[in-house]
Amino acid sequence: MSALITLSVLAIVVLYLGLFKAKNALLPVTLVGLAVVLGLAVREWNSNAAPIYSSMMLFDNFAVAFTAICVFSTMLILLISKDYFERISEHVAEYYAIILFALTGILVMVSYHNLSMLFIGIEIMSVSLYILAGIRKKSYSSNEAALKYFLMGAFSTGFLLFGITLLYGATGSFDIAVIKNYVISNPTHISPLFYSGLLLLIVGLCFKVGVAPFHFWAPDVYEGSPSLISVFMMTVVKTAGFAAFLRIFLFCFAPLHDFWMMPLMVITILTLFIGNISALYQHSFKRMLAFSSVSHAGYMLFAIVALGSASINAVILYATAYSVASIIAFAVLILVKRQMGSDNYESFNGLGRKNPFMAFALTVAMLSLAGIPLTAGFIGKFMMFSSALSEYHVSLVVLAVINAVIGIFYYLRVVVSMYFKDSDQHVVQSTPIFSFVLAFSAIVTIVLGVYPGLISNLF
Amino acid sequence: MNLLLLIILFPLLCTLLAFAKGPQLSRLSFAASLVPLIFTFIALGSFVPDASTQFLVDYAWIDNFGIRFKLGMDGISMMLVLLTNLLIPIIILASSKHPYKKPGAFYALIFFMQSGLLLVFTALDAFLFYVGWEAALIPIYFICAIWGGENRIRVNLKFFIYTIAGSLIMLIAIIFLHLQTPDNSYDIQSFYALNLPANIQGWIFCAFFLAFAIKMPVFPFHTWQPDTYTEAPTAGTMLLSGIMLKMGIYGVIRWLIPVAPLGFAEWGQTALILSITGIIYASIIAFTQKDIKRLVAYSSIAHVGLIAAGIFAWNVQGVQGAMIQMLNHGINVIGMFFVLDIIIRRLNTRQIESMGGIAKVAPGLAICFLIVLLGTVALPLTNGFIGEFLLLIGVYNYNIWYSAIAGLTIIFGAVYMLRMYQQVMLGQLNERTETFQDIDGTEKTVLVIICVLVIFIGVYPQPLLHISEAAVSNLIEQVNQKILVK
Repeated sequence: MSALITLSVLAIVVLYLGLFKAKNALLPVTLVGLAVVLGLAVREWNSNAAPIYSSMMLFDNFAVAFTAICVFSTMLILLISKDYFERISEHVAEYYAIILFALTGILVMVSYHNLSMLFIGIEIMSVSLYILAGIRKKSYSSNEAALKYFLMGAFSTGFLLFGITLLYGATGSFDIAVIKNYVISNPTHISPLFYSGLLLLIVGLCFKVGVAPFHFWAPDVYEGSPSLISVFMMTVVKTAGFAAFLRIFLFCFAPLHDFWMMPLMVITILTLFIGNISALYQHSFKRMLAFSSVSHAGYMLFAIVALGSASINAVILYATAYSVASIIAFAVLILVKRQMGSDNYESFNGLGRKNPFMAFALTVAMLSLAGIPLTAGFIGKFMMFSSALSEYHVSLVVLAVINAVIGIFYYLRVVVSMYFKDSDQHVVQSTPIFSFVLAFSAIVTIVLGVYPGLISNLF
Repeated sequence: MNLLLLIILFPLLCTLLAFAKGPQLSRLSFAASLVPLIFTFIALGSFVPDASTQFLVDYAWIDNFGIRFKLGMDGISMMLVLLTNLLIPIIILASSKHPYKKPGAFYALIFFMQSGLLLVFTALDAFLFYVGWEAALIPIYFICAIWGGENRIRVNLKFFIYTIAGSLIMLIAIIFLHLQTPDNSYDIQSFYALNLPANIQGWIFCAFFLAFAIKMPVFPFHTWQPDTYTEAPTAGTMLLSGIMLKMGIYGVIRWLIPVAPLGFAEWGQTALILSITGIIYASIIAFTQKDIKRLVAYSSIAHVGLIAAGIFAWNVQGVQGAMIQMLNHGINVIGMFFVLDIIIRRLNTRQIESMGGIAKVAPGLAICFLIVLLGTVALPLTNGFIGEFLLLIGVYNYNIWYSAIAGLTIIFGAVYMLRMYQQVMLGQLNERTETFQDIDGTEKTVLVIICVLVIFIGVYPQPLLHISEAAVSNLIEQVNQKILVK
């Protein structure tokens, strides 16, 4: 819990730093603060947590694990933000502060024990993100992204809230323990209100994690927002969304498996196909990543469709693998776009010769996203497939395999550009911090691919 | 340290050559590639040719999924380890004269692939097998796509997608089998011990077969192969045809048939008919090829078809023939592609019609080419003969008519191969071939090594056959019992 408080204080401190023009202190203070938050969170591992604040929150191992992933990814993203935000605007402190506020919301989302806290967490995060998406005030695409995100987000929050209200109507409480008891004690007489509430909750959460058919905002918002904000949304926010999703389903709705399984399965299949097939036709690397992010949400849904004790491990590993690989992809994208002026595949031509290290890191990331063995992405897919097969969803896995093959097409395209096509352009330079983030992320990807036992059996 | 582990890890260490530079690089790589071969010979010295699994390596890897790092060699694995470690030095030596850009990366990829291949051939854990299977694919993709010919990008994408699709289907089958094991493991013995219902085994068989059939390739999954072989750099073609396709054949022997014996009982004949169809089909297409590299690529499909047919006949002669023929095919096809590479590089064309009379100006090449070619068409006293002979006996014991059709491969092969030799090496010189230089230095060394192997194995194959005999008959016995019980 101290992690959440520290984080909130940190965000305000950063705002004040901005007020006093201490620009150079912003990044170090933020990073040190996040490291402290990480430490505080990890310290609560296995502390037999009980619900606190009138059982509003529960900082159990689940919450610790997802907090750690989200804070850690944010740190990596902030590392590559050095002199990225300065190029966009004068008021750099805003960025750091708003990202930290979003992260605060995320911490609430992964540790709620009461549906009202879920709602509050999602709102804290979303409001911060609406601002972040539109933070490039003079850019049309950024404004468009913010507006789209805001409208769709507000809409989905409405669904979510309505769903929560209906659940309250049926059970008489927001507390998820009470809801759980309700489900267990009335296995045959569950009120129709409850079912409608559950469906609306699914719709609301699906909006937030950007799965089809509620994904329409995702590619435009990811493309229009500044790259670092996009990668924050695609990795940290998505991970948190799935954590929230998983938490309530594991805790409350597992006995109602037969009811929600079919709709979620249809959503999963739609997401996979729509995400992958749309990604196939993109010319811009960033837009491809945006669509591929939709398809990855589809793979992560596997864990919920085949809900079981292994689901948490599967989501943790998948989310880590996906986040790290996306951070590499965006780090390279930012450097390439800055120096080549475009984010089309052609800008990557000859990168293998111009900067072998960057090309190698990006190749590792692409192989990981495509799910090739010896990378973390493969282990993630492997766990997802295993859990789905253990519930005998063979047809679902076969469809997923078809999608994995489609995915290889577009992930390899950038590898093809880097290594097999030439360009006469100058060298693409990397800075030490970027190199560190790239190297570190690539090592994490490979280490988790070779020895996933490090984080694959936390639960 | 365990010798087998050393054999697998050493090439991985050699990937550090990627950072090396300098004119001595190819020599250094060659020397490095000899080390696993020497280890293999040492292992062969202490190898007892019975059916047991030796040089066992067994570490916990990913405990909560029941995945272990478990390796071992019996006679069947031994043959393939020998094949890999014997051919890699030859391939590296053969490419030493090539002006490949970035040679460090090139050799590093070859070594990485070697590790992957060895992992496939010795893995006793299905997950490990799958990892090795893919680990061997990534480097060959890069080798072919970086150093390949004009259409390399499109062709290799097709190759990559094809094989990945096959192997992902196999992955589903592996996970499915794992979930059925009582002891939550991926161990091959647990997979063997499963007694699943026949219809499920049928599905398992199909899933594995798809992956292996694409890799070999068996008709009608072969369409990636001629293009890929043609566009790949010579070293890539050699790796693909010499070693990589043996992954598919090995997979059939080690995994497909023993894991799903009832599926095999149901689908085995279909698989055999497909193999034989491939032989005829590829031979007929080989007749009409004008491109010399494509001709050999198709002939390779035909030869592999015969090997596959021998295995699906599932008797000692057939499988033993397959074991020895895998080694022979590896040696022959590498020799063949090396000769073609010499010719193509000097003449700068792949068209057969613009060649001719080379034997007059290059007698050394002509002799070596002839020996390799005779090995390929299975002339008695060359290595190809003993293998194809056993394979045909195997198919004969299964069904005499199949064997009659499969036997056509020898006749067809002789016709199109000898006709090709005649058009390329004999006849009149033309302005292109007049200035042809005979082989020298490294080229001569490589070809002499290959020719010696061709003749030596042809005359005295017994020691090689002995390595795998006990393991093969044991495996066949196991499977046949399971089929009989049902």
